[in-house]
Amino acid sequence: MPLDMPSKEILVIGVNHKTAPVEVRERLALNQMENPPIKLFWELPSVREVVFLSTCNRVEVIAGVKDYSSAKDEIVDIWTKVAQVPTENFLKSTYIYKGKEAIRHVFRVASSLDSMVVGEPQILGQLKSAYRTAHELGCSGQILNKLMHKAFSVAKKIRTETRIASQAVSISYAAVELAKKIFGDLSGKSAMLIGAGEMAELAAQHLITNGISELKVANRTLERAIELSKTLGGEAISLAEVEDALIEVDIVISSTGAPGFVVKKEQIQKIMRPRRHRLLFFIDIAVPRDVDPEINDIENCYVFDIDELKEVVEENKAERQKEAVKAERIIDSEIIKFKSWLSSLDIVPVIRGLQEKAESIRKKELTKTLKNLKNLDEKELKAIEKLTQSLVSKILHDPIIFLKKGNSENKEEALVMISKIFSLNGINERQETLKKQSHSCEDTDKKASTNGQF
Amino acid sequence: MTEFLLHLTLIAYILATAGFLVNLITLRKDVEKFATYFLWAGLFIHTLSILLRWMSSGHPPIVSFHEVFSFLAWALCLAFLLFQMGHKLKALGAFISPIITLVTILSVIQPKKILPLPPVLQSYWLPIHASISLISYALLTMSFCISIMYLIQERQIKKKRLGAIFKRLPSLQTLDTMAEKCLKIGFPFLTLGIITGSIWAEKAWGAYWSWDPKETWSLITWLLYAALLHQRLTVGWRGKRSAYMTIIGFLALLFTFIGVTYFLPGAHSYAS
Repeated sequence: MPLDMPSKEILVIGVNHKTAPVEVRERLALNQMENPPIKLFWELPSVREVVFLSTCNRVEVIAGVKDYSSAKDEIVDIWTKVAQVPTENFLKSTYIYKGKEAIRHVFRVASSLDSMVVGEPQILGQLKSAYRTAHELGCSGQILNKLMHKAFSVAKKIRTETRIASQAVSISYAAVELAKKIFGDLSGKSAMLIGAGEMAELAAQHLITNGISELKVANRTLERAIELSKTLGGEAISLAEVEDALIEVDIVISSTGAPGFVVKKEQIQKIMRPRRHRLLFFIDIAVPRDVDPEINDIENCYVFDIDELKEVVEENKAERQKEAVKAERIIDSEIIKFKSWLSSLDIVPVIRGLQEKAESIRKKELTKTLKNLKNLDEKELKAIEKLTQSLVSKILHDPIIFLKKGNSENKEEALVMISKIFSLNGINERQETLKKQSHSCEDTDKKASTNGQF
Repeated sequence: MTEFLLHLTLIAYILATAGFLVNLITLRKDVEKFATYFLWAGLFIHTLSILLRWMSSGHPPIVSFHEVFSFLAWALCLAFLLFQMGHKLKALGAFISPIITLVTILSVIQPKKILPLPPVLQSYWLPIHASISLISYALLTMSFCISIMYLIQERQIKKKRLGAIFKRLPSLQTLDTMAEKCLKIGFPFLTLGIITGSIWAEKAWGAYWSWDPKETWSLITWLLYAALLHQRLTVGWRGKRSAYMTIIGFLALLFTFIGVTYFLPGAHSYAS
């Protein structure tokens, strides 16, 4: 039974969109390297396990280490050297977390609480793929495996238990959410772009991903309309055809630079009958406005202009912040659970050492005694065997319970003390050698995860 | 025993209503699930109570106000549960379950004595006519509820109040389609109810149609719903206008169902 000595201490060093400009983040991402950059950190002597996370908003090294300060120095040293960033600059723009704060940071990143737009879900996928890479290269071990899986489950819990991601926080997305509240299912619906601005394009893209089946693009210059309709997969029409198209479409996104209204109230009043009163939704993101706001008064017509959409977005952002508070609470409680798992890792080898030592003494003394007692029958032999066994287990019972149940503050002390009292030093040495073995062998992870099952 | 069962039913319905309202406020899915279970339990006990009353009275229990309300609540509950199985229209429970509860309470507070059936009513047309009519009432009540939801949601979007109410109600188009669906099933039942009624009238009184207030009002109701459906299908009426029409139709229905008996007594008054 191999004793697996965990790296135990967790260290996070990294930069994100708040602490470092994009030039620095780009450099630290180490994209130019031939080997995966994770290898670089993996080979450091104090680093036991490592995950390297690199996205457009953050670059982080998450490591399980033997000892904070030496690991920190080694990581900073090699990172600055390879990325060619001066050390002071590096230290100025990085954050370094250890222990509990490192755990918190990883949980927050996974749950998108540390993201530029709080609640955006991409980061979880990015973290998962960073972990997969580390896992495939054999760079993650018992501690980081557990930490990552816990982070993923925390993120999922936060997603389901809070409404952190349920609110649209960009204008184009808010427009799509509104469309869904009007039309329900967007499949089978058709949309028209009037004017081909960037934001209109984005909104159109959102509509397409949400299942819209037909798209028309009208623009002052037909070339641009054709170009855009090609990229989006729609049909280009001229501005003159807009009025007829209005009879067909369900959603209109307008973003022309025209000084007056492009869509007038009389026009819409006229077309509602040929439309058979089907609902018509205008998203007006032009300034000055393209769509007469009075169209909103026509039955079954809904007009939202850019200010109204912005208001929706602001409210949603505020809502997300509120939900983020709930999420932090969930994280707090998950950190406690993870910490208690971590500290349980220390106890096991000590308990096992204690038991092994007692057992070897028992056996040795038993054979010695039995050598002198030759006339015993089987029953008596058994009784003596039993006596020694129960002596050992009764004596060890209290210290083991103490180790298992002792509160976490003086646990470390207790561990050291008990190791000293029973002179269990041998254990630590053995763990060292095992650690080295596992460091070099590729299936560290399997072993670690089977060991992590208690 | 029947009375005890009906009280038990009422308790289940009240719990379900509370659950749906809590779900509406907190959006907790588990509460909604329990509310639905309570409704199913209520429906089961309710069915037992109706069957028991049928056995002890010897005629279908759709004669007195007490029985009619009880049957209507039962039909409404069944219609809602079947509808939800297929469509899962969110927040509908919070609108329908209070009505189910209310109708059950109306039933409970009516005199419950079993009365001997007047000779005119002793016909197999009684259960056919009455149950078909009451089923149509249940379906049209559903479409009324959905239309109310439509008008609330429509107002939220028009006024650009995209707060808690907006988030909790389904989309406009979904509401409109579902209201139409209930209407399209409810209306044939209403028609059938009137036809069976008139056949029965011919058997009992010798004339298919005698312009008795109940008959007149059910014709008015029928015409309102017919006009609405016609406009929906030909001109493409939908949304707000259709929702208002549905509500007007429902008010006429309500008057036909209860009002006529109180204000314009005729041959149709329920036994009491």
